[in-house]
Amino acid sequence: MSAGQPPLDSPEIRRLTPVIGPGYTYGSVTDKISAIVLTRPTSIGWYIGFLIAFSVMGMMTVAIGWLIIKGTGIWGINIPIGWGFAIVNFVWWIGIGHAGTLISAILFLLNQKWRTSINRFAEAMTLFAVACAGMFPLIHTGRPWMAFYMFPYPSTMGIWPQFRSPLIWDVFAVSTYGTVSLMFWFVGLIPDLATLRDRSVQKPMKIIYGMLALGWRGSARHWHRYQSAYLLLAGLATPLVLSVHSVISFDFSVAIVPGWHTTIFPPYFVAGAIYSGFAMVLTIAIPLRKVYGLEDFITMRHLDNMAKVMLATGLIVAYGYFIEFFMASYSGNKFDVFLVQQRLHGPYAPYYYALILCNILIPQLLWSFKMRHNVAVLFIMSIVVNIGMWLERFVIVVISLTRDFVPSAWGRYSPTFWDWATFIGTMGMFVTLIFLFVRVLPAISIAEMRELVSETSEDEK
Amino acid sequence: MDGMREHEQHEHLQGQHDHHDPAEEAKLHKNPMDLATVRAKLQSKTGKQYWRTLEELAGDPEFTELLHREFPRQAPSEWDDGVDRRDFLKLMTASLAFAGLGGCGRTPEQVVVPYVKQPEGLTLGRPQFYATAMPFGADAVGLLVESHEGRPTKIEGNPDHPSSLGATNVFAQASVLNLYDPDRAQTVTKYGEIQTWSLFVESAQAIAAGMKATNGAGFRILSGLITSPTLAAQIQSLLTLFPKAKWHQWEPAVGDGAREGAKLAFGRYLNTVYRPEKADVILSLDSDFLGSGPGHIRYAREFSRRRKLNGPSDTMNRLYVVEPTPSVTGATADHRLPLRASEVELFARALAAKLGIGGTPSGAEKWLDAVAKDLQQHKGTSLVVAGEQQPAEVHALAHAVNAALGNVGTTLYYTEPVEPQPVNNLDSLRELCADIEADKVETLLILGVNPVYTAPHDFDFASKLKFDQEKKQKKVKNVIHVSSHFDETSELCDWHVAESHYLETWGDARAFDGTLSVIQPLIAPLYHTHSAREVLAAFSDKPGVNDYDALRTRLSAPSFFTHFGLTDAEKADFEKFWRKTLNDGLVAGSAFAPVNASLKFSAASLPAAKTTPADEIEFLFRPDPCVYDGRFANNGWLQELPKPVTKLTWDNAALVSPKTGEKLSLTHDIAARGGEHGKVYSNVIDISLSNSKVTAAAWRVPGQADGTIVLPLGYGRKRAGYTGTNKGFNAYAVRTSDALWVTSASASAIKKTGEDYPLACTQYHFSMEGRQILATGTLEEYRKNPNFANEHAELPPKELSLYKGEAEFPYDRDKWAMAIDLNKCNGCNACVVACQSENNIPVVGKDQVMRGREMHWIRVDRYYETPPKSTAHDPSSYDESLFNPPTFFQPVPCQQCENAPCEQVCPVGATVHSAEGLNDMVYNRCVGTRYCSNNCPYKVRRFNFLRFQDWETPQLKLLRNPEVTVRSRGVMEKCTYCVQRINNARIDAEKSNAPIHDGAIVTACEQACPTEAIVFGNANDKNSRVAKLKAQQRNYTLLGELNARPRTTYLAAVRNPNPELESA
Amino acid sequence: MQHLHRSHIYGVMGEFGDPAELIHAVEKIRAAGYRRVNAYSPFPVEGLSEALGLKRDMVSTICLLGGLAGGVGGFFFQYWVATTAYPLNIGGRPLNSWPAFIPVTFELTILGASLAAVFGMLALNKLPQPHHPVFNVPRFTHASADRFFVCIEAKDPKFHLAECARILQEVHAHHITEVSDD
Repeated sequence: MSAGQPPLDSPEIRRLTPVIGPGYTYGSVTDKISAIVLTRPTSIGWYIGFLIAFSVMGMMTVAIGWLIIKGTGIWGINIPIGWGFAIVNFVWWIGIGHAGTLISAILFLLNQKWRTSINRFAEAMTLFAVACAGMFPLIHTGRPWMAFYMFPYPSTMGIWPQFRSPLIWDVFAVSTYGTVSLMFWFVGLIPDLATLRDRSVQKPMKIIYGMLALGWRGSARHWHRYQSAYLLLAGLATPLVLSVHSVISFDFSVAIVPGWHTTIFPPYFVAGAIYSGFAMVLTIAIPLRKVYGLEDFITMRHLDNMAKVMLATGLIVAYGYFIEFFMASYSGNKFDVFLVQQRLHGPYAPYYYALILCNILIPQLLWSFKMRHNVAVLFIMSIVVNIGMWLERFVIVVISLTRDFVPSAWGRYSPTFWDWATFIGTMGMFVTLIFLFVRVLPAISIAEMRELVSETSEDEK
Repeated sequence: MDGMREHEQHEHLQGQHDHHDPAEEAKLHKNPMDLATVRAKLQSKTGKQYWRTLEELAGDPEFTELLHREFPRQAPSEWDDGVDRRDFLKLMTASLAFAGLGGCGRTPEQVVVPYVKQPEGLTLGRPQFYATAMPFGADAVGLLVESHEGRPTKIEGNPDHPSSLGATNVFAQASVLNLYDPDRAQTVTKYGEIQTWSLFVESAQAIAAGMKATNGAGFRILSGLITSPTLAAQIQSLLTLFPKAKWHQWEPAVGDGAREGAKLAFGRYLNTVYRPEKADVILSLDSDFLGSGPGHIRYAREFSRRRKLNGPSDTMNRLYVVEPTPSVTGATADHRLPLRASEVELFARALAAKLGIGGTPSGAEKWLDAVAKDLQQHKGTSLVVAGEQQPAEVHALAHAVNAALGNVGTTLYYTEPVEPQPVNNLDSLRELCADIEADKVETLLILGVNPVYTAPHDFDFASKLKFDQEKKQKKVKNVIHVSSHFDETSELCDWHVAESHYLETWGDARAFDGTLSVIQPLIAPLYHTHSAREVLAAFSDKPGVNDYDALRTRLSAPSFFTHFGLTDAEKADFEKFWRKTLNDGLVAGSAFAPVNASLKFSAASLPAAKTTPADEIEFLFRPDPCVYDGRFANNGWLQELPKPVTKLTWDNAALVSPKTGEKLSLTHDIAARGGEHGKVYSNVIDISLSNSKVTAAAWRVPGQADGTIVLPLGYGRKRAGYTGTNKGFNAYAVRTSDALWVTSASASAIKKTGEDYPLACTQYHFSMEGRQILATGTLEEYRKNPNFANEHAELPPKELSLYKGEAEFPYDRDKWAMAIDLNKCNGCNACVVACQSENNIPVVGKDQVMRGREMHWIRVDRYYETPPKSTAHDPSSYDESLFNPPTFFQPVPCQQCENAPCEQVCPVGATVHSAEGLNDMVYNRCVGTRYCSNNCPYKVRRFNFLRFQDWETPQLKLLRNPEVTVRSRGVMEKCTYCVQRINNARIDAEKSNAPIHDGAIVTACEQACPTEAIVFGNANDKNSRVAKLKAQQRNYTLLGELNARPRTTYLAAVRNPNPELESA
Repeated sequence: MQHLHRSHIYGVMGEFGDPAELIHAVEKIRAAGYRRVNAYSPFPVEGLSEALGLKRDMVSTICLLGGLAGGVGGFFFQYWVATTAYPLNIGGRPLNSWPAFIPVTFELTILGASLAAVFGMLALNKLPQPHHPVFNVPRFTHASADRFFVCIEAKDPKFHLAECARILQEVHAHHITEVSDD
């Protein structure tokens, strides 16, 4: 936490340490946040933004429709490169989906108060990212309508999935992750839904929020069980987060393809996931706090901390790259050594250097206190890191496949229009969901903010 | 039925005569008929009236036009476009229904005899097999054709036939697709309008009657190279009927060199038959005798028998090849010397000089000395073979050298020509053209050939048939064309008779050694087609005689009997003889006896050879290894078949040597999509030769002689059909009569257009990157260290496992395995097409090949052995080591790993192991994640990215092998070791309650292989051929270090270089 | 404050401004011997559970059971599939390739535990429950915003309307209301 910070007594620190602006009461917190959903009129900006995002999502729908009609041949994949954009995007989105649950769960266990104001939309982001990710393994199959073969159901042929395959592990990991994240998010929402129920004026709103609130009334007995359940979920979600991306990394590390088959993958995929996840949280948090004037809730301290997490995980990722090189060279395995050379000098070398630039070099700026406290820089940086992490997946998935064991089978890959349409389309879907979320649900946990208020007020006493 | 049809036709005679007046013709194009109208017309009539209706339709110009529109616009794309296909289907059914008329008017049923005798080590399984033969150039390949419910589906070699010995080549394998080609001509037409056969016969008779007076002075017949005695007899009978008529022959891709060479050497036409099996040292003077030309299948077999190594003590023959451009023979050679085509003659002369039989000595040449010495040390057991495209002098010199070395009678012998009437093709065609120009020709009958496309361009054959604007008339009054497709020539002819496929007709043909092979039909003609002989008969006094009777009459003729010195018993019982002949597919003992030819030629007497100036570039015309002279242009299997050396598909390219390429700065660019395994951009060049020009994509070929550019023939067809039209460039366009095979021009004849053209190349990268993909060594090394192939293999210990102590799967019953002897494989590709035919493998088309999505279950990889320091990885690189690199071929089917990496990663268990250790694909379980392909180190898995398989075209449905699933979109597929054949064999074995004996199961690739390089069998049976091969020390595992434990293993290639040349 | 017939009363409710007052009140009321007391707050108030004397809850036990079910069930399901239901030779791997079954086992453990925790919690809380008497108190809407409530329920044996009101006044509750029971 001390990296590049001035001494603790400095004025900035005093200005920065609070995780919530001064002078807030239970009431004002409640009003301010719930107002965004209930009373605040929907801005024209929201409509425009939503429409753009929604039409981009429409492009995705078309792309997938065409895919179903014609087949995966409309993409750039071939033999030997059997996996292209679909899997790259899948891994990328899943990675992004890691910050939410991580922030909620691990920071909750570590009792990091500053998580409070960002965990709600971070979790939402997780869900939406997982939704985007989850689509790809399904549509990338040659016969998506047969994809249910991958689920264990009693088929008339009496045959079951093949549990030795990492793809089946994926099915379980991703669906579990989706389910648990959803529950975690919803449980956190219940008290706030109750608040909205009690504060909304129109009947329909009252009814909808009322139903969602399940009749929550803030009873001490309920809070009692609620807290232990939430704690347990956090405890369970933490290893889950770590396991999910490890399992994703098994897709590659269990295979024998040079550049895939390496033991560093699980830790370095997890680090990468958190890296990109936090980057995405920043990408969303920064505009959000600006537009809805939440600077007092999402303070510079939050941004600062997230930047530090990015820096740390970024360094782990860098270590991962280094180990890949070292192991390949040290093992003397001629295929691995060749692959390393390919990354540096092969036809795809530019991608690799771009990746190093985005993921390792540029983020080093975060050592500087000034950079960490320049919102614009952070925003750009977060996007750079997202690009970098996407490139990392591209390098791993595609480049490793282009030149493996038998030279006669070497080939190349380049995405088609439909690859791009699907990829960009999922972004549209993601943003669309975010837009809807901030409009109909409290983007910050009101109940937890009240807790913060009570604690800070106690501090003052 | 027959009678009825005749009757109809008479009715329509009147109506049909005036169909070709310009007005009508114009009308055709004004209101073309669409399918809806056809349907309407057909629906309007019902019941008994049906035939009549169609006949009326036949008269209807729009319908005619509809049927004879270029197919491409209607035809299916080879992958997926539903709408076109439906229209096409409708069209086909309409035309099929029409052709059906022909079907019901055929000659009475004739009995064909199933192939009942089961040769050693070959079980024929459920379907019936019939012996027949495919006439091809001066050869006929004996075949056994697999027939399912009367549909010929698969071609195999006839083990009893001398030119096959049970093997086949790509052309024979693919010929079955020609039979079902939807673009085949299907009816008799006149001026492109549908006519009936009887109408044709009548007008033929009318023409004949007209010629009686003039003794057929204006009558000309143009055919290709014919070895069929019956057909020849038919022509002869016409020539006797019309004494002044003439018979011309034109075979574009077979040179006159061999013929004229024999004349030069012996004073008369003779046929040369080689016995490579008896030769210890072979020198090929630009001859691709292992890959093309008469008898090449047999020669490859004989040659490979002398490359067989059971142990270090075994001996091998030695092959020297002198050639301008790499052929499979050159790739197999122990020593290869790239020389320009014109220098080959100089080499031959110099060799003759060295052997002291005249000739013109060249400066002491190390290579030459070594070869000459080697040959002399093997008098009587050496062999010199001259190439088909080489001039007469080279052939004569080869004869002289062979004579001098005393090889005649041991490693080769001479027979009477297999052609009934050998002529100099070029002169023959020239004479015809001259006669036409001199208005001496009134009726021209073109049999099978396509002169408008193939004739030397200075003959301008098209103009001979076109309407003459000055004279306001056609030079030739009646032109009748007989061909399987309505092609470039047909367009300019009056009558076009759709020719029957050889699987639809009775006939005969002589093999390369004179063996009389019988062609018996596997199926009644699919369409209203006729054989060339029938057409000839139509002009004779006996028009009615059908092929069946003609053949039987001929075989039962007394002269014929005496000719073959048959026993009285056989004479007595002709039916027995007939049945036996059909059963064997040949007339036993009909091979020509050797004739002793006395050499009337001395190399000394040769005039000075004409040479190409060193600064000029030499251009060669060579038949394409896949589409030959263009006759296979519409065959999707052959179009998509990677050419043995260049691995190009769907196009021909101007082949240049790396050095010349560098000089002319001709480069390649690997495309981003597909890349090395699909798409390469090549510079486009304009080639101006003999005041004509072609535009071609240039392709660098390592090992090609410098200053040489090869222009492969057979592409750039303007009217071949959907598959073949406008593919590649037409080399005939710059081929002139004075330079049929080689011509030269200064480098200025070549201009870069600045454009690039995408070529579909399935293996651009030729370096092994220092990996032991393909183990090679010399005989010496092998003797010193028989285990050289496995020296560097790092096979992991078996106990190195996550599952220590777990029981392994036993595979104790049958353990199927394959061994591929790289020492024998010459990369001829027969296995690839055989596999495609056996396993219903779709053709995906150029675009998909360029995306790296071709579907071949077995591929033949081509690698060049470049020195470690070399930086050459692909043709775009330039490196001394590429001037003449040792070339090796490696067929790669699924390796059937016991620890299959693909199976472990399949999420749904769609690829699993059988109890016999086969790596099975369960198509209907596959969801298409492609994970298995990613994890396959050999990349032998193939994915149906789109709906590649053609599900609608009716003809192609007939083609399919009913024992193999037809895969649809979205599933993975791969080699199954021909599991359907394994199961057939097991069923037989279990019925007879006996174990499956070795050789009972022959995979398609193994069966087609001319060199016996592929051996399949039960590895548990210690006496099986495969077990013995695997026991050899040469046997090694591809990528053994991965511990996938493949069932398919390779035997290292061993070359037998001449120590004298090695020392350098 | 109007009087209802006892049988129609759910309890008496007092409102407080901040957590400290709330806890103080609860302690007082329990000290006075009342047992059927409940508090309502817009966020979990530290020390409130202790003040109310709530015991360790069942949620964690249920969660453990769920996890065990998921994990054990998950592994043996895979084992059964691979060795008994449809044994297949997959790339020469033994039928029981247990290491390959671990990831799925792990995921199912987490899934089982989480489902158990959440649904267990809801069940124990008897949620969803759309209506509850306390919602009859008009000011109760503040329970989800900024106010804190204590309710002495009529079921308490010691319950006596005036008595309860007095105690609530003692602890400075504002707005003391009867909670009607319908």
